[in-house]
Amino acid sequence: MDIHETVLPGVGLRHDFTTKAGRQIGVITHRTGRRDLLIYDQEDPDACQEVVELTGDEAEALGELLGADRVVEHLADLQRIEGLAIDWLAVRPGSPYAGRTIADTQARSRTGVSIVAVLRDGGPIPAPAPDVRLEPGDTLVVVGTTDGISALTDLLGS
Amino acid sequence: VHGSVVLLELGGVILGLGLLGRLAGRFGLSAIPLYLLGGLALGEGGLFPLVTAQEFIEVGAEIGVILLLLLLGLEYSAAELLTSLRSAAPTGLVDLILNFTPGLAAGLLLGWSPLTAVVLGGVTYVTSSGIVAKVLADLGRLGNRETPVVLSIMVVEDLAMAAYLPLVSGLLASASVLASVRSVGIALATVAVVLVLALRYGEALSRLVFSPSDEALLLVILGLAMVVAGLAQRLQVSAAVGAFLVGIALSGQAAEAAHSLLAPLRDLFAAVFFVFFGLQTDPGSIRPVLLAAAALATVTAATKVATGWWAARRAGIGQRGRWRAGTALVARGEFSIVIAGLAVSAGRESDLGPLAAAYVLILAVAGPLLARIPSPMVALSRRRAAAAARTRGEERADVSG
Repeated sequence: MDIHETVLPGVGLRHDFTTKAGRQIGVITHRTGRRDLLIYDQEDPDACQEVVELTGDEAEALGELLGADRVVEHLADLQRIEGLAIDWLAVRPGSPYAGRTIADTQARSRTGVSIVAVLRDGGPIPAPAPDVRLEPGDTLVVVGTTDGISALTDLLGS
Repeated sequence: VHGSVVLLELGGVILGLGLLGRLAGRFGLSAIPLYLLGGLALGEGGLFPLVTAQEFIEVGAEIGVILLLLLLGLEYSAAELLTSLRSAAPTGLVDLILNFTPGLAAGLLLGWSPLTAVVLGGVTYVTSSGIVAKVLADLGRLGNRETPVVLSIMVVEDLAMAAYLPLVSGLLASASVLASVRSVGIALATVAVVLVLALRYGEALSRLVFSPSDEALLLVILGLAMVVAGLAQRLQVSAAVGAFLVGIALSGQAAEAAHSLLAPLRDLFAAVFFVFFGLQTDPGSIRPVLLAAAALATVTAATKVATGWWAARRAGIGQRGRWRAGTALVARGEFSIVIAGLAVSAGRESDLGPLAAAYVLILAVAGPLLARIPSPMVALSRRRAAAAARTRGEERADVSG
């Protein structure tokens, strides 16, 4: 997919591309933040058949609607890799490792699973160091084999 | 008592302009021709000659020109101008040759001095970017593929104005050939230096000028533009170009904020400027030049359509898009009047003012209307295709019968 960028002097920028089905669509980004969604005419490809004016907020909402599925798809793709799984594990208040460090769990050596992030109310901790202390209520993002992950789930008691 | 008369007259003029603007908006037309007609009605020999508000209108008109050019400059950054110039230079040259020449030739044919003919060339050359921007937005054509072609022609014209205005005002102001060569040299050198400075220090200047307070920003930028315009006037570079260069030099946040703050002021004072131009023109002097204006308008409408057609074809645009690009460019307006105003205020050729007024009246109305008409070439080829299909049908009927 080729996205063309065209400068519109005094107006802003236009981006457009041709879909697999042969339709041409584009977006004008005005300097004021306004966006125009363009759908080109099939009969006269130089003209727009439809122009939808969007405020900055509306454009963002539309982007999220169109983009949210893509994020899920990416994750699904990742999970489809043979022998690799991603999971989210909660650290319950009764867990033996609540209040202890990642190093204490020996997760990698015991189960082969990596803890790639700790999700916490105060903000996520990506790529946590071994001395990060787990707190009840944390969610761990883990990557490993399916067996490894279920072993870690048992270990954490969650 | 004097104060109340001024208020009444001025209020009446502005209220009248507002109503005219609404009327124009209802028909999707530019308000410029109506403002000019309003000025004609208010001037000497008009329907309701003004008594006291003249002085304010005269100063207001000068501010109007400054604001028109300042906001034009704010639309573009210096870097944007240079990139457009590089990519659209051949198109710009065709535009200049096709549309400057008819005005120049008409001036010479009318027996005017070469300098006044050059001014008329400027009047017929420059498309109204205000009207074009409005037409493109109204007709939802900003996303069309021919639109960048149209916009880049406007950019090149605006840059050409930055050289043309000081050149003409230098020539108009000086008596001898030697003096005019010197003043034109000064003018062009100043413009070049400011453009280079704007490219290099524009960002620093914008940061310096920017203020989060709308009030302070408005006053600083308006004041700066007027001071620079005044200095430019003193150097005979033309006040308008001084303001344009200030607009070019400002970029980013300062330019955007200033644009939205100054736009309403521009609308007010630009309207006053059109009225003032109408005021200076005696309605009785229009009738004798009407035929010449109509002929010139017809020729230069055709040459603009040809310019847009050629430029769009060069950019790989189809038949219909070429026609749309050409017709979008036909409207002449504010800058034609600015150029004519230079010569009128210098007291040159008394026919130039009425001719320019009639010319802009015609094309400011005809331009937006023409832009709405679909390409006659496409309609023609469709009719031909339909006729051919019908004949084929008849032949088939003959065979089967």
